[in-house]
Amino acid sequence: MIPLSWYLMLGAGLFVIGMFTFLVRRNIIMMLISLELMLNAVNIMLIATSHYMQDMRGQILAFFVMAGAAAGVAIGLAILIAAFRNRESANMDEFDLLKG
Amino acid sequence: MELLVTIAKTVLYVAAVFGVTLLHVAYATYFERKVIGRMQGRIGPVEVGFRGLLQPFADMVKSLFKEDIIPAAADRTLFFLAPVIVVASVMTSLAVIPFFNNGAIANLNVGVLFIFAMASLAVYGIIVAGWSSNSKYSFFGSIRSAAQVISYEIAMGISLAGVFLMAGSVNLNDIVLAQREQPLGMFAVLQIVGFVVFVISAFAETNRTPFDLPEAETELVAGYLTEYSGFRYALFFLAEYISMYIMAALIALCYLGGWALPGFVTRALPFLEQVPGIIWFLIKVYAFMFFYFWVRATLPRYRFDQLMAIGWKILIPVSVVNIVITAFVKRWLM
Amino acid sequence: MLPEFFFGYFACAILGLAMLTVTRKNLVHSVLWMLLLFLHIACLYLFLNAEFLAVIQVIVYAGAILVLFLFLVMLLNLREEHEARRFVKAWQGRLAVCILLLTVIVISVYKAAVQPTGGYSITFINEMGHTKVLGTVLFNQYVLPFLMTALVLFVPMVAAIVLAMKERKR
Repeated sequence: MIPLSWYLMLGAGLFVIGMFTFLVRRNIIMMLISLELMLNAVNIMLIATSHYMQDMRGQILAFFVMAGAAAGVAIGLAILIAAFRNRESANMDEFDLLKG
Repeated sequence: MELLVTIAKTVLYVAAVFGVTLLHVAYATYFERKVIGRMQGRIGPVEVGFRGLLQPFADMVKSLFKEDIIPAAADRTLFFLAPVIVVASVMTSLAVIPFFNNGAIANLNVGVLFIFAMASLAVYGIIVAGWSSNSKYSFFGSIRSAAQVISYEIAMGISLAGVFLMAGSVNLNDIVLAQREQPLGMFAVLQIVGFVVFVISAFAETNRTPFDLPEAETELVAGYLTEYSGFRYALFFLAEYISMYIMAALIALCYLGGWALPGFVTRALPFLEQVPGIIWFLIKVYAFMFFYFWVRATLPRYRFDQLMAIGWKILIPVSVVNIVITAFVKRWLM
Repeated sequence: MLPEFFFGYFACAILGLAMLTVTRKNLVHSVLWMLLLFLHIACLYLFLNAEFLAVIQVIVYAGAILVLFLFLVMLLNLREEHEARRFVKAWQGRLAVCILLLTVIVISVYKAAVQPTGGYSITFINEMGHTKVLGTVLFNQYVLPFLMTALVLFVPMVAAIVLAMKERKR
């Protein structure tokens, strides 16, 4: 039987990889990808805990996290398209004008 | 020891299923050419073997020995990987299809959803093929194909939800057993709306005429296949036919009663019970395969905007309404 | 022994694939590594007896979200990421913050253990089928959040169309 803490540490590792990427890379698509990594890390933790507690609530929450992730990506990529039209770039640091 | 025996049995069964499927695919091409030939007043292949029966093998040998051309500007790794992704994902779907009672390699509780998951992986093969070829036609073809497959997957999933509601399960085996309980023996009658939506989506999902936009020769050369040749092309071809079989099998299982016969037929003619279920299953699958070829010989191709309009403006709303009505009927009238 | 071996493989693969995903210069490769990562995560869910969530992971993440990424990378033609000017160059500070966070989480979960409540034991879920159990809980106890999800998905859909649609010339 694998202890719960292994799953939680795996989730922590994945989360930190995602977070570091989010802080370091400046490409908007890369930042959104790292957001997805973080959400997946949280999902692993939620589902593992839910399994070990023999309770469905964690899995239900993971289900809602997936829906939220889909919504977030859709809107994030739409913003990227709108921004790309103005600056021809997907680099976060290029977006430094206050007027559109 | 027991574990080893189980593993050996499973591996043998998997090998048998794949081998038999490949044979079926080879003869599906022959069947298609014969059927379309007859419908167009020709006779189809006759040269190789008795009445052309060895034609598929001749084609296979030809495509294996053709020169394998790789475009200079292609992303080589992805170019090699794309056909593998497509074939692997469609072949994996075969694992959950019950050919007779409990006859699936893996009787998953989420069988139908597994097929959907694998179908959504096959899209990657198409996109990657188009992108890695580094050619305009391939790229447009792959973008079109991906948009088409993703849009119709929604309509397909929603129309199947009606079947899930009726059967109370997503396990393919249980869906067939639930149909046997029905007075009519199949969901195609009660779920006629979902059935029609599913059949139309199946054509779009497998990129067949009248929705074969990705390979519209007149506009896009051969779509995402343009830069492929030799056995890589053959792999895509194989994947297309296997996915046709999978769609036909899904229709047979979810709407036409799978390996089982309707109750009123077996009551009237009890001796039919003795026929193995796989025969009925294959008859239903081949009936639908014939329908595929019939439509190909009959209908012209749609325009891309028409295709998208049908998917989003007609099929999805209709299938949503179908779910709502099914849920109400199931809750209060049954 | 066998479960530990499989878990070890999946844990190493998940972390390794995550590293591969975030270090690629070519965004298409990055997205494809991420596809493999999501498949591994789905397999991990199978270990946790959550087969429905495993399939949904593949359908939603691999089938919808990643395709969206791939489409965008291709349509905007962001093949190679060029070196661009940046506001803040120093990454050591961020790395330190991340390592600190990792340490904190690992220390806090190192001895984590929960008492099984026994409400939804493995045998119970296997008997009922995971999909049915999850559906029963979702549609009985969490109907309102479920309906809210519809709104959560609807608003971005409209917003995405409004944002991405070109302004009509008058």
